[in-house]
Amino acid sequence: MTPDPNISEERLTHVEVEHATDDDATLHQRLDKTWSDPSGFIGWFKQVNHRSIGKRYIVTAFIFFLLGGSLAALMRIQLARPENNFLGPDKYNQIFTMHGSTMMFLFAVPMMFEALSVYLVPLMVGSRNIAFPRLNAYSYYLYLCGGIMLFVAFFLNIGPDTGWFSYVPLSGPDFSPGKRVDFWAQMITFTEVSALAVAVEIIVTVFKMRAPGMSLNRIPLFVWASLVTAFMVIFAMPSIMLSSTMLIMDRLVSTQFFNPAEGGDALLYQHLFWFFGHPEVYIIFIPGLGVVSSVIAAFSRRHVFGYLALVLSLVTTAFVGFGLWVHHMFATGLPQLGESFFTAASLMIAIPTATQIYCWIATMWGRRPVLMTPMYWVLGFFFILIMGGLTGIMLASVPLDLQVHDTFFVVAHFHYVLIGGAVFPLFAALYFWFPKITGRMLSEAAGKWNFWLFFFGFNMTFFPMHILGLRGMPRRVYAYPPEMGWTAMNVIASLGAVLMTVSVLIFLANVFWSMRRGAIAGDNPWGAGTLEWGTSSPPPSYNFLHIPTVNGREALWDAAPNQAIVTGLRTDVREVLVTNYLDAAPDHRTEFPDASIWPFLAALATTALFIGSIFTPWAVPIGAIPVAITMTGWFWPGKEESRRRKATEKWAEEEA
Amino acid sequence: MKGRFISACGVSVFLAGCSGLQSSQSVVNPEGLQAARIDHLFWLMFWVCTIAFVITIAALSRAVLRKRETPVENFRPVDRAEATKTRVVAVAIAITVLSLFGLLVSSILTGKAIASLHPQNPLTIEVVGHQWWWEIRYPNSDASKTVITANEIHVPVGTPVVMNSTSRDVIHSFWAPNIHGKRDLIPGYQTALWFQADKEGTYRGQCAEFCGHQHAHMAFFLVAETPEKFNAWLQQQRTSAKDPQDAAAQKGQQFFLSHTCVMCHTVRGTIAGSNVGPDLTHLASRQTIAAGTLPNNPGNLGGWIINSQSIKPGNRMPPNQMNSDDLQSLLTYLETLK
Repeated sequence: MTPDPNISEERLTHVEVEHATDDDATLHQRLDKTWSDPSGFIGWFKQVNHRSIGKRYIVTAFIFFLLGGSLAALMRIQLARPENNFLGPDKYNQIFTMHGSTMMFLFAVPMMFEALSVYLVPLMVGSRNIAFPRLNAYSYYLYLCGGIMLFVAFFLNIGPDTGWFSYVPLSGPDFSPGKRVDFWAQMITFTEVSALAVAVEIIVTVFKMRAPGMSLNRIPLFVWASLVTAFMVIFAMPSIMLSSTMLIMDRLVSTQFFNPAEGGDALLYQHLFWFFGHPEVYIIFIPGLGVVSSVIAAFSRRHVFGYLALVLSLVTTAFVGFGLWVHHMFATGLPQLGESFFTAASLMIAIPTATQIYCWIATMWGRRPVLMTPMYWVLGFFFILIMGGLTGIMLASVPLDLQVHDTFFVVAHFHYVLIGGAVFPLFAALYFWFPKITGRMLSEAAGKWNFWLFFFGFNMTFFPMHILGLRGMPRRVYAYPPEMGWTAMNVIASLGAVLMTVSVLIFLANVFWSMRRGAIAGDNPWGAGTLEWGTSSPPPSYNFLHIPTVNGREALWDAAPNQAIVTGLRTDVREVLVTNYLDAAPDHRTEFPDASIWPFLAALATTALFIGSIFTPWAVPIGAIPVAITMTGWFWPGKEESRRRKATEKWAEEEA
Repeated sequence: MKGRFISACGVSVFLAGCSGLQSSQSVVNPEGLQAARIDHLFWLMFWVCTIAFVITIAALSRAVLRKRETPVENFRPVDRAEATKTRVVAVAIAITVLSLFGLLVSSILTGKAIASLHPQNPLTIEVVGHQWWWEIRYPNSDASKTVITANEIHVPVGTPVVMNSTSRDVIHSFWAPNIHGKRDLIPGYQTALWFQADKEGTYRGQCAEFCGHQHAHMAFFLVAETPEKFNAWLQQQRTSAKDPQDAAAQKGQQFFLSHTCVMCHTVRGTIAGSNVGPDLTHLASRQTIAAGTLPNNPGNLGGWIINSQSIKPGNRMPPNQMNSDDLQSLLTYLETLK
């Protein structure tokens, strides 16, 4: 596939050339005036720039990562001794529920999908902002409010205590009176609404807002990963919203969806939950694969080997990921034939993952990639993810799963997969894109300490758990008898957790130090090839002085000496170029909304509705009124905007 | 090299961790027909996966450490060896697919072997999950010969056992790893599972599905014994409780029958006939109390009766106020329930 250097210009002929004579400084001033969001305290709540919101997502999700990690540390203290009295069963059950829920819903998905995508995707496709910027701001505030609600409940000792999966009937009204489970179920509603909103934004941004020339087969792999994840979110999340809403209704208005005594079904909940729950793993993991592709390509100085195979692997993973939820339910006693189908599907998903690993190895083969900190984390990703993937193959087998299901073997497996598949790539991403976000480099020396301590601490914590599981230790136990022979392995695991804690503290110190004193990064410190490296670090309010055009998969590396730029967009309003979704040929121009306080107010109104409905069903009709008011305010067009829009209509011309 | 060294260390640590210790609650120490088949499958998969891991990490290490073909500054979209790379990757994928298919077949064969329900002259038992203990029944067409006990399952060695199970409250999961994998006990569902213990011994099992406060203290013991011993045990469990002979025990029985104990417990042969808590007809014949939590001796039993909440917080048995004389006679009575 040889790109035609003329094609981009040709496609641009119908984009009107208006300010071609402006020099860059004037252009910068005009664009900055138009695209800057208000500052100051009130201004902060009005901002709609994708990088502001993206940074908030990153910081917030990382704080939840620290909170979830602290909860894990408490569990490791409790389990370091048999029959320990450090936490009672009530505290322990709340803590492991909070740990799982926080890590899955408040850290992993918001960080790997929302935070990274919101920040990076518009830059990588060469756009000035994300599609639906106000919705983006709204999604962030909802996520924040949901997370705060859950932790306030936890600190008031009414945190959920039935596990991050909240199986019925244990979580039903009969066995979990009080409001604990309702806070969990409503936190799901918050985070799901926010994830769905971002999924829509990402799909539209990727399909309609790519720089001219970035046809589907030139989209950076991280953007493909975000796009695939966004589609998974759209298909998976409704299932959990359904099950958590049915659970809330069972608890609040005495429906009997899950009550076997009244003809309900306890297994129905598990099917609905895992139809979401398994794809959730891939929602967390696929963005990490995108990060790995970006880092490997940058440090190997070549296009990723097997681009098509990698893209198809992502898509295959997403499809097959919906076909293996039953492997979480093998112990329920389903018919053997059906179970075999899910074994086959679960084994099949190893094929696209293996394909990707082989392609990455082939990319690096003979290139001897530059071993800087992001590459360390990527190599750690290989080591740990492969191990987690292989134990996953064991878990796919029905007979073997019957033994190790719900034991520490599974705990080890999914921490290898999720920490290996998401947290290692996340650290790679943070080291890789920190210079772009802040304009300064993170310290390499501290980064390597960070990596090695985390790598060894991780293996020390989780490797012994394989053995604990095989030697009969079930999950979610707050205590175990001393004579079981589990103590030594648990002590090793707890000591490993200390190393991981130290490692994360080094990372935080590195971030705070480097933000002020780190080496100045420049536009493209790694010499990478994707578009975000073609603008300044940190990028200006409008992202790109000139909207770029694209000639190849690595836009900067493949650019022609006189690569065309897009001109002719208005600079006095937030006008962006919309391209078509196959070839990214320019299609039309559209105007993006300004900063606004309304998304924030709408999020507050929605929060009031959601939290109120934990206590009374009347919160839904009454709470809908402020939501309607704030949403109306949000969509109410300004005078200037109406005038401009009218001016583009034909009858307005005739009138004049 | 580093990668290979680390993985070699990992494998040896793992093997050392799995072997050596004989445990009564272990997947890798099978003493039953089903557990043995699963154990074979596990080691097959373990070695296939280990080999796959070592090869991949070796390839990765070589890719990272190999001599560079071009200076780092030079961006080149593809390498000279691109066609070779394509062939190698294709072969690697083909080998992966074939290995996975092999594992799939062995998994399905093992599944068939352990799940097919054609045992000859099986013993049928029923297991009912409760928060947080196990009700065990040996049903008989003659209702008076049905045995009900708790937290201790006796089975004859070498005889197939069919286990019908369900739950009274939330979901539990029955798991005695030396004998077989898990089976969830789900309210509203009744499922059948068969297993066979091949060697005499006492095996520990415990609930594997999170079931609330005391999920951690919901264990049971599975006693595999010779058919003769088993039949003797069953005969003995079928009898009703005998009325006590000595005065202290009689006083204890009076106390038991006139206090709240009868609201929850059954002692066959007396008016106590409630089935909220475990059947106590042969309490003294069991090895443990509180679902495998404590050895069954008068000291532990006394502590449990007075304040079980300090031993197993959140369990359904309320604390009981009584003076020490009453407690002594009550314990004397309970000790007669052999």
